[in-house]
Amino acid sequence: MSDFFTASILVATIASGIRLATPYLFASLGETIGQKSGVLNLGVDGVMLLSAFFGYWTVLERDNLWLAVAVSLVVGLVMGLIYATITVFFHATQGISGIGIFLFGLGFSELMFRRQVGTPLPVDKLPKIEIPLLADIPWLGEALFQHNPLTYAAFLAVPVVVFMLNKTTFGMNVRAVGENPQAADSLGVSVARTRFIAIVIGNTFAGLAGAALVLELGIFQQNLTNGLGFIAVALVYFGAWRPVGVMTGSLLYGLVAATVLQWKAQGIIPRGASDIASMAPAVLTILALILLANRVPAPAALTRPFARH
Amino acid sequence: MKRLVGAAVPVTAALVAFFFGAIMLLAIGASPWEGLKAMVDGAFGGGDNLARTAVRATPLILVGAGITVAFRTSVVNIGGEGQIVAGALLTTVTALALPDLPAAIMLPIVLLAGIVGGAIAGAIPGALKAYASVNEILSTIMLNLVMVQLMNYLLRGPLIDPAEVASGTRNPQTERLPDGASLPILVPGTRLHLGVPIAIVAAIAVYILLWRTPLGFRLRAVGHSPDAARAAGINVKRNVTNALTIAGSLGGLAGAILVLGSEGQRMQTDGSLAGFTGSAGFNGIVAALFGGLHPIWTIPSSFLFGGLLTGATQLQRSLQVPSALAIALNGIVVVFVVSSDRVRSRLDTMMAARAEMNDSGGES
Repeated sequence: MSDFFTASILVATIASGIRLATPYLFASLGETIGQKSGVLNLGVDGVMLLSAFFGYWTVLERDNLWLAVAVSLVVGLVMGLIYATITVFFHATQGISGIGIFLFGLGFSELMFRRQVGTPLPVDKLPKIEIPLLADIPWLGEALFQHNPLTYAAFLAVPVVVFMLNKTTFGMNVRAVGENPQAADSLGVSVARTRFIAIVIGNTFAGLAGAALVLELGIFQQNLTNGLGFIAVALVYFGAWRPVGVMTGSLLYGLVAATVLQWKAQGIIPRGASDIASMAPAVLTILALILLANRVPAPAALTRPFARH
Repeated sequence: MKRLVGAAVPVTAALVAFFFGAIMLLAIGASPWEGLKAMVDGAFGGGDNLARTAVRATPLILVGAGITVAFRTSVVNIGGEGQIVAGALLTTVTALALPDLPAAIMLPIVLLAGIVGGAIAGAIPGALKAYASVNEILSTIMLNLVMVQLMNYLLRGPLIDPAEVASGTRNPQTERLPDGASLPILVPGTRLHLGVPIAIVAAIAVYILLWRTPLGFRLRAVGHSPDAARAAGINVKRNVTNALTIAGSLGGLAGAILVLGSEGQRMQTDGSLAGFTGSAGFNGIVAALFGGLHPIWTIPSSFLFGGLLTGATQLQRSLQVPSALAIALNGIVVVFVVSSDRVRSRLDTMMAARAEMNDSGGES
């Protein structure tokens, strides 16, 4: 037990926690934008699986990590266009249509993986970039400033999303159509257009989450996400629809996961109990939902389709 | 005439699914026509395949019937996977704990154990929603993730077959269950077992429950408008809990049947939920939506999706097209069906009632 508290292991665990938080953060930031506009997207996990697979396949075929990130991003964007179309124009019931997107992503990514790749082959991971000077700070440098570019991007996206939601006209519109679409509509804000764009941005983030996941692991297998995308949806509730709250939640999940991994490696968690320890994120989510339920109200129009009368 | 309009959604959805299926087949370089032939033949060609389709349909009927109860009460249940596993685990533990009793005594006990296991897994998110305002969509999904780890832990540890430990292979599976706990085969030479009629009877029982009993009336009243139900003196919280408990118990029964009707007569895991459930917890949602959220229509709908699953197995065998194609198609069917007017209006009522439940969650 005492081994865990040596500084070098603690630092390594924090660094790994931040890495593991990255896909959660991308996905839940995207989900926050969508939910702020009044649209629940339960398909995040499926979008992540698709973008992770196509990103992975790109690395395998073209050996180009940046092209892979771009491909993942485009997959997220395309899925966003599809989900936005069925949500905004066909008024599909959001809690259920997302499950359809999830199943499609789960099935199609496995179909493509088995047909085109077959066995999980390892690929290059995104390189770590050491931030000059900062990376040399003892302990802190290793924990915070020696990560891959997508990790930096995810954390830098937090203030960007805060700014976008609170200080831009588009952000105001997003919040308005999420709270009171009728009022927003009567003021001349296009509910359909605002939601459409918010959904596409949100899914693009999910695409980046898939890239962050697969290019950190360097390998793909069927159902790679194992529910990560669903936990990301729960993190939005956890973070009370605020980007900073969502970031806090993502970090907490990353750190818990890193600690579990570290404890398993050190034998603090015996091998026989490792499956039990793997319950931690889901159990933590349920506990968080119990503690936080109804503390902060959801966007008032969440899951409610809007149609002019 | 109404029937005809009612059938239009499933028929169009099926055509859309075929269309996208053909595109996916073309995309990976397989012939759609050969693919369709392989699927239809694998699903419905000959008694053996029909029996396999019926067996694949069985958990879908049960989960689907449970989905109709939950959705008609305006509660979403995405926890079918976990409820199946919970039922299967309790069935397995019970069967292993009992001596080898005659099937007439043994089967009712172990089936009931499955129902209880699933009911517990459904009651937890139900009570959390009713009494602690915890979003059941999220809590049921999280319980799935918990149950898969519990299954892996038990089958790799406490419940592992001692023979697997002795031989050193350590395959995560239990001992073979007693013979009395085996579901009798109805047509010799096929896999058609007693679980199939049990599921059909259960779906009919759900229909009777929903439309012919006071409990069903209360559930539907809550589903229609929680505020109105409360005003009429109906205990909304208890009925929300009841709805997910019933849905869970049907999932648990499906889990029991999956174990008791398995060829190995035991529970085993490959580490994933789908490896044991065959994704029936999700496919059951698809079957229920396709059946218009009506327990009786869920039966033929489940046979259709059971056929899709066995057809996909055949597709894999004869054209080397991975059977995951069926999951992707199911996703497309869901998206299409929930975008169609008829099912949507039903679901919109549900989501509106859910919101009403949340709005007044604090009181009563």
